[in-house]
Amino acid sequence: MLEVADLSVRFDNVEPLHGLSFSVARGASLAVIGPNGAGKTALFRAIIGATPFEGTVRWAKDAKIGYVPQKLDLDRDVPITALDFLATRKTLTAVSDTNISGTLELVGIPPGATKKPIGTLSGGQFQRLLIAFALLGNPNVLLLDELTAGVDEPGQRQLNELVGRLRRDHGLTVLFISHELSVVYRYAGNVLCIGGGKAQIGPPKVILTPDLLREAYGADVDYHIHDH
Amino acid sequence: MTTTFMTTEALLLPIAMATASGLVGCFAVMRRMTLAGDALSHVALPGIGIAIALGINPLLGAVTMLFFGALLVWALEGQARVATETIVGVVFSVALAIGSMMASGEELIETLFGGAGVLGRGEVVFGLAASCAVVAFILTQKNKLVVMLVSSDVARTAGINVRLLDFLYLETFSLTIALGLRYLGALLMGALIIIPAATAKQLARSLSSMLIIATVVALIATLGGTALASYLHRGTGPLIVTTAGAVFLLSLLYRRR
Repeated sequence: MLEVADLSVRFDNVEPLHGLSFSVARGASLAVIGPNGAGKTALFRAIIGATPFEGTVRWAKDAKIGYVPQKLDLDRDVPITALDFLATRKTLTAVSDTNISGTLELVGIPPGATKKPIGTLSGGQFQRLLIAFALLGNPNVLLLDELTAGVDEPGQRQLNELVGRLRRDHGLTVLFISHELSVVYRYAGNVLCIGGGKAQIGPPKVILTPDLLREAYGADVDYHIHDH
Repeated sequence: MTTTFMTTEALLLPIAMATASGLVGCFAVMRRMTLAGDALSHVALPGIGIAIALGINPLLGAVTMLFFGALLVWALEGQARVATETIVGVVFSVALAIGSMMASGEELIETLFGGAGVLGRGEVVFGLAASCAVVAFILTQKNKLVVMLVSSDVARTAGINVRLLDFLYLETFSLTIALGLRYLGALLMGALIIIPAATAKQLARSLSSMLIIATVVALIATLGGTALASYLHRGTGPLIVTTAGAVFLLSLLYRRR
C-alpha cells in the first residue's frame, strides 16, 4: 500500500528524518513510536504531501487516505457543529445524510451531540468525529496521529477498540502514532521506532525491547503489556 | 462628506457590499486573521495615491495594490520560517505611511475614512459584480473553507487544493475591502468585515446561523450608519463602524445573560 524510500525531512538546520525507508502492506497496521521531536508527525505530514521532503513516497494507485491529525488549526469556540463539519463531505465526495447518520452510529457519536458546536464535544467525541469525517471519504488507509492524546482512560480504550474493529471489518490499512506502548504492542502488526538518530522497523516483540527503546528514547522506558 | 445615492443601483451597492463583508468576515474571524485582515486594508492607500498621481481611476489603483497585498500575505503564509503577523504589520503600516504622504487634506481624509459624493456608473457596476463574485465564492466554497479551518492537513487528504483555496480566499477578502473603500475608506473597511463576524461568532450556534447573523449585522451597520451620517452630517465610514461596534457590545451583553 505504501513504499517509502530514503525519506529525509528538514526544518531549518534540523533534520528529524534522514534516509528513512519502509513499506506497509495492504491491510497491515504500522505503529510509529519515538520520543517527542523524533519526527513522527513530520513523517505523516511528508507522506500526505503536506511538508517538503527528499526521497520517494509511493502510495498504491487506489490508496484513499483518511487522516486524523494530532493538532487542529481551529479555535474551539467557533460556531461549527459536528453536523456542519460532516456535511462538508457532501461537496467533496458522494455522501448522503444516510451515510452521515450511519457513520455517526458506527463511530459511536450520540445523535444529541451532532448539533453541538464542535468545541463543546468531549475529547473522545471529538476524536470520533474526526474518524467519522475520515470514514465518510471511503478511505482504505487511516493515518492516526496520537488519536487518544488528551482522552480519558475509558475513552482511550473505546477509541482503540473502534480502530481495531474498523481495521478488521473494513480491511483498512492503519498507520498510527502513539506513545502508549501497550496499545502499540496489542494493535500493531509492525512498529517503526524513530529516535536516537536511527529508525528500526519490525514486529512489536522485536522492537519493543528495553535495549532498543532505551537507545531510541535516550532513557529507560517502562510499559505494561495488556495481552488479551 | 455623505454619500449621495443617485440611482436604484447605487442604493443596492451598500447592501451588496455589506452582504459580502458579513460573509467574508466569518471565515476571517474563524481563521484568526483579524489583525492581518485589518492591516491588509491599509495597503489600498498607496494604490489610491499612485492612481491619483498617474491620473487613473483611484479604485483601479486600490484593487491592484490589494491584489498584491493579499498575494504577499499568501506567500508569507507558505514560509513557515517567517512570522507572518509581524511582517504583515510592518509592511502594511509602511504602506499606510507612504499612502498618507501621497495624498493630502480632504482627499486624504476621504481615502482614510470614506464618504465621497456621487457614485459613477462604472463604480456601481464594479461594486455589484464584485459583490456577487464574493458572495458566490463564499457560498460555493464554504464547506471546503470549513474543512481547511479544522485542519489544513485533513483538507489536503480530502482532496482540497489548500494553497489554491487559501489564495482565492485572501483575494476575495481583498476584493471585499476594495468594495467598501468608497464608504468606509482604507482605515475602516477592515472593521466592517471583522466586527459583524465577531458579533456573529458570539451569538451563533452553527455555521449557517453565523453567516446569517454576520450578514444582518453588516447590513444594519451599513444602512443604519449611512442613515445616521445623513442625519448628523458626519462621515459615513465612522458611523457605519460605530454602529457595528454598538451591535457587537450589545451581543456581549446578550451572551452574558
